[in-house]
Amino acid sequence: MTGWTREQMAARAARELKDGYYANLGIGIPTLVANYIPDGIEVTLHSENGMLGLGPFPTEQQIDADIINAGKQTITELPHTSYFSSADSFAMIRGGHIDASILGAMEVSQDGDLSNWMVPGKMVKGPGGAMDLVAGVKRIIVLMDHTDKAGNPKFRRENTLPYTGRNVVDMIITNLAVFERESRTARFRLIECAPGVSAEDIAARTEAAYLA
Amino acid sequence: MVQKIFPDAAAALDGLLFDGMTIVAGGFGLCGIPETLIDGLLAAGTTGITAISNNAGVDDFGLGLLLRNRQIVRMISSYVGENKEFERQYLAGELELEFCPQGTLAERMRAGGAGIAGFYTRTGVGTLLAEGKELKEFDGETYVLETGLTADLAIVKAWRADRFGNLMFRKTARNFNPNAATAGRVTVAEVEEFVDHLKPDHVHTPAIFVQRMILATRNEKRIEQRTITRDAA
Repeated sequence: MTGWTREQMAARAARELKDGYYANLGIGIPTLVANYIPDGIEVTLHSENGMLGLGPFPTEQQIDADIINAGKQTITELPHTSYFSSADSFAMIRGGHIDASILGAMEVSQDGDLSNWMVPGKMVKGPGGAMDLVAGVKRIIVLMDHTDKAGNPKFRRENTLPYTGRNVVDMIITNLAVFERESRTARFRLIECAPGVSAEDIAARTEAAYLA
Repeated sequence: MVQKIFPDAAAALDGLLFDGMTIVAGGFGLCGIPETLIDGLLAAGTTGITAISNNAGVDDFGLGLLLRNRQIVRMISSYVGENKEFERQYLAGELELEFCPQGTLAERMRAGGAGIAGFYTRTGVGTLLAEGKELKEFDGETYVLETGLTADLAIVKAWRADRFGNLMFRKTARNFNPNAATAGRVTVAEVEEFVDHLKPDHVHTPAIFVQRMILATRNEKRIEQRTITRDAA
């Protein structure tokens, strides 16, 4: 069983972005999604720290300490970029103006609960903007490994870790499969297996109940 | 004639500082932080500070300098992951911390500065950060009550200003700065460049929110994640 690489997961997630979308990408694998937005699809990326229209990483000569993304990485601006305050930035998020957000996760439950900000007993760094994103963005897509380092399923009946939001996830893309649900009241359905991965492989590594 | 421009940080902060005070600061990570005024607070030695800031700097830069000097006893922040000294003081029980979702923090500053005592948001409902707070249903959705924040002092970093205190920020260095500027009972801005005139349409923070200013003499603008394009490098 091989499954998808990080890059392939990002490419799969990029296919969910539609022409004209405003999208927010989380830190880690979600950031890679920007590299795989298909030609002809115009997506404007949003960053929590007050920027709409994120450009690629700069060259050594272009580096500007005043242009960073929410991961504090240096980036560049585009001709249609705009800057705004943090309050305005979260008005976009909370007000439902962002079409999609692609986020990492520690656990997702079969009811779409997301946990991605805190492990009790370990130093807590804080939620940043994750709670605002899941509360306000229309469509939440999670990118995560199918199991944790110990092999435990991350798509679960119930989460064991503190919540970032309840009933907020619409799609889950792992290194092995894609799950989606039609609405926040529907159940998740297995819609795709990675090459070389069978439905039985998925069932053996998933705790959540889902439609096959 | 209006005289809002002070010679240096010590002069601009004179008479505003007291132990146990609350200070709201602009900045996101190390971007757009009031470096010169933080040095001024360090030199003044004010203690017992409650700091309202999205982040806590790093060990040797930004608010991290005040933490290392044991001047801050409480922080209201959304993310503090880049600071080892913060972690040490917090785990040792020497530092109090109130986590606030980032958008809620920005809105709490905006609300406080706008005379709004509280607001309801969906952010955080069903999580640890809503525990103990009032919940209310609107159109079948649950919202949590969050309160507006004000502070004894706001410190912000601006790019350009005129002598009246109209401010312009630069690119993503804007972030929390305009919101923090409204939330201070007194707001002190450090400015990279004073200009004779800002076009009225280009003003980000109107002068009414700014009481004192200095020329920023520390503009290190340290980069946390230096990411460059591989092909061009």
